[in-house]
Amino acid sequence: MLDFFLGHYAYWFTIILLSIGLYGILFKKNLIKKTIGLAILQISVVMYFVSIASKWDATVTVLNPDFPVDQVANYLNPLPHTLMLTAIVVGVATLGVAFTLLIAIYNRFETLDEEELIEKIQ
Amino acid sequence: MNRQIDSPIVLLGARLLSPYIMLFGWYVIIHGHYSPGGGFQGGALLAASLLLIRVAGGSKLAELQIREFATTPLAVIGVVIYFATGLVAMMMGGHFLDYEALPIPGMEPAWLRYTGILIIEVGIGLAVMAILIMIYDNMVRGEDYA
Amino acid sequence: MKALKILILVFFAGIMIYASSDLPFRGDPDNLMHAEESITGTTVKGSYFIQNAYRDARTPNMVTVVLGDYRSIDTFGEQVVIYTAGLITLLVLRRSKRRSE
Repeated sequence: MLDFFLGHYAYWFTIILLSIGLYGILFKKNLIKKTIGLAILQISVVMYFVSIASKWDATVTVLNPDFPVDQVANYLNPLPHTLMLTAIVVGVATLGVAFTLLIAIYNRFETLDEEELIEKIQ
Repeated sequence: MNRQIDSPIVLLGARLLSPYIMLFGWYVIIHGHYSPGGGFQGGALLAASLLLIRVAGGSKLAELQIREFATTPLAVIGVVIYFATGLVAMMMGGHFLDYEALPIPGMEPAWLRYTGILIIEVGIGLAVMAILIMIYDNMVRGEDYA
Repeated sequence: MKALKILILVFFAGIMIYASSDLPFRGDPDNLMHAEESITGTTVKGSYFIQNAYRDARTPNMVTVVLGDYRSIDTFGEQVVIYTAGLITLLVLRRSKRRSE
């Protein structure tokens, strides 16, 4: 039972983070708050990928002469780390695009509330 | 930024911190082969050091560092460094981004790959720095004309 | 109404946690994604990168080698994506300035 808890509690935290982000996306009326929820959801996915890359009793992915390379269990898995490294930067850039579009919407309609926005468009 | 309140303490703190953050950013880019780091992280640090001055001192002070029209050419230079490395390798008879074919005499293939990775990391760092500053500048300008 | 929203999210989180109990244990070195050979007999990429990164590029940091050498075309695509994002901010907000004048 303790083994099961130690092996799975990191997944539960990422699922809680994903639920918080989903709450922001689905139920908030303000578009800025929706975008913040989107960012939280994205960070939860990044956390999940980083958490599955870990191995017990392994070192970081920088070559260390004390840990021979032949034994794969000595080093963490470098592939999820690389993918998430690029995903974080792309996430920041796309968040910038999202806020840019929100600024353009505010310049045109002078509101960011969802229901008022739908009324003004119609 | 027209509704700015001048605070000398914030400006002094930003001016004190900014050069050290920039130096650390270059260290992270150049030393990325031997320690955790690389182009993306170092570029984000460089952008942080420049944005700190912009947030604390306003747009007049920011014109002394990197002007607004200079960010787009910097981003283009960063992307072109990366693309040209791959293109030169392709011209010399290798595949695209195959660093073994780079025309540097007297190097083993493994050390050629080392050099190629260093060149593209500098390109990534420049592009990330310029694009983060570009996003900030355009967002401030768009808010001013609301 | 507020309670219903919270209930929907708790239900969603419960389903996800139930599904996650079937995932492999975190940090176990015997996981399939950490093995040297996959079930079909091919080499697993993560283990290949650990074993051959220093020999191929003389760089101790394996993440840098994967980012810059093995997956360099992927990184080039990511860089084009962030460059396009910067251009989008430029184009969208410049037009709004011209309209207000």
